[in-house]
Amino acid sequence: MTIAIRKRRTRRSEYLVGALCVTLIIIMLWPLVMSLLSSIKSPDEAVTPPPNYLPHSFSFENYRSIITYHAGLATYVGNSLAVAGMTIFLCLILAVPAGYGLARFDVPGKEVLFLILLASMMLPFQALLVPIYLLFAKVGLSASKLGLAILHTILQLPFSIYLMRNSFEGIPKEMEEAAVVDGATSLFALRRIFLPLVMPGLVTVALFAFITSWNEFLGALILMNKEDQFTVPVMMTGVITGQFGAVNWGGLQASVIVSILPCLLVYLLLQRYYISGLLSGAVK
Amino acid sequence: MSRRRNRWKGLAYMAPALAFVAAFVLWPLCHLIWLSFTSTSLLGGGAFIGFDNYTRAFADRNFWKAMTFTLTYTAYLTPILLVLSLSLALLTARNTPLRQVTRTVIFLPVVIGLAASSLLWYWLFDQQVGLFNKLLVDVGILSEPLVWFRKSDTGQLGVMISVVWKVVGFGMILMVAGIQAIGQDVIEASRIDGASAWLRVRRIVIPLAARSILLATLISAIGSMLAFDQFYLMTGGGPRGQTFTTVYWIYQSSFIRFELGYGSALSVILMVIITFGTAMQLWLTRKGVRA
Repeated sequence: MTIAIRKRRTRRSEYLVGALCVTLIIIMLWPLVMSLLSSIKSPDEAVTPPPNYLPHSFSFENYRSIITYHAGLATYVGNSLAVAGMTIFLCLILAVPAGYGLARFDVPGKEVLFLILLASMMLPFQALLVPIYLLFAKVGLSASKLGLAILHTILQLPFSIYLMRNSFEGIPKEMEEAAVVDGATSLFALRRIFLPLVMPGLVTVALFAFITSWNEFLGALILMNKEDQFTVPVMMTGVITGQFGAVNWGGLQASVIVSILPCLLVYLLLQRYYISGLLSGAVK
Repeated sequence: MSRRRNRWKGLAYMAPALAFVAAFVLWPLCHLIWLSFTSTSLLGGGAFIGFDNYTRAFADRNFWKAMTFTLTYTAYLTPILLVLSLSLALLTARNTPLRQVTRTVIFLPVVIGLAASSLLWYWLFDQQVGLFNKLLVDVGILSEPLVWFRKSDTGQLGVMISVVWKVVGFGMILMVAGIQAIGQDVIEASRIDGASAWLRVRRIVIPLAARSILLATLISAIGSMLAFDQFYLMTGGGPRGQTFTTVYWIYQSSFIRFELGYGSALSVILMVIITFGTAMQLWLTRKGVRA
């Protein structure tokens, strides 16, 4: 075929791809946009069939209704943030030295220890909930934010260690040798030389820890059995049954928006870290 | 000598993480296996009862119903996700601005919580106020709004639609990475040789990106085998217990009926099945490192 025909063909197929892409974007965004629009309808409009795609009324009443829901939205968001913060802290404080040790020292039986550290990735954490529930009850960690943070760390630690090991291994040997010649201790080298260089790894670990912890549902449902300890996902299951058994649809969509907004924000801000972390964690 | 001292230093750096895993993964694992041989309940008990929990599990029709349901759900969802993710990956693998934006948008639902997306879709599917129902009526697919979660087949279909929306971007991103790793020169060469687009995809792209395609499929299958949130929130296991998944049934046995010993035995059975899958996943990824 001649070049002219081929060019015309590629141009036509580019239009087709463009149309497909736009359609896909609309399909994927539609549920999110509908949820957002419905959360700013008046509560009455939100529960009156048939529903409208675009709001005919505008109010923040749905948000007000979840701000004052039971222990108050601030309590639930606060719980979720506290648990996520502790999860990030635990993942970093455990995974950074572990990754450093794995990458930079000739530890005896290193690969076996590495596999043990990754063990919880192979075991489904759902199967460990019964013994963890009993363990936490015994040591006073049931219905505690620290307990839930520990559970989320179990989930997230293998990935974090894996990522930190890779980050530390990516730094040239000469950097370290220079430091050793200067008489620096390994801890000093870690703090002053390595940490600034593995910053992207730290951001990725923290980002994934946040998203996992903020969204995790089953563990929070089982461990946080007191209303004032609920995290946002557990709170949402309560919002759905409003007063007098009628579903508070507007309030539900407002809480859905509150739940997804932080995830979308950190993802859009730190997309580069997210995708590279995902690929190195899954494809390895 | 300093080398030897270094070894212990390295171990010291790993010690906190090892202690954490020992306390919160390995010890609970041992405890789980022990519990599965006892009659432990939240209400008391705890005597050693040998294999009773296991014989009970094998005779428990509800457990097998949940297991079969989970397998069916996985068997339906996995190929759907494979085909859709691969199509999306092929469509958007090249780096043009529009394709990159499309990838970002398709990936958005992956970062939001499964609980949030399940409740979002629970509302979209509602017979009275659900906009997805209304949309299907408006475009003429349905004649009137459907009560999706009253029957088990439409309930399962509803859950699958919501999960596809939620996770299709995950497989897509893995496969895009696999496709982008193929040298552009290989693809260019086949283009010059006059290979059609379909032939290029079938003979070059799919075989060379096979590992990431397989990996994405395995990860999605394992995720489906562990499904809980979406069914707990959308169908509540109903109607008449037809949409209980394995994890849901373990949750029900352990924490609603308080039978922790029995729940542990069910957990052990689930773990054996899943560990087989994840071991395969690890084997695949390791193989990739050497290749």
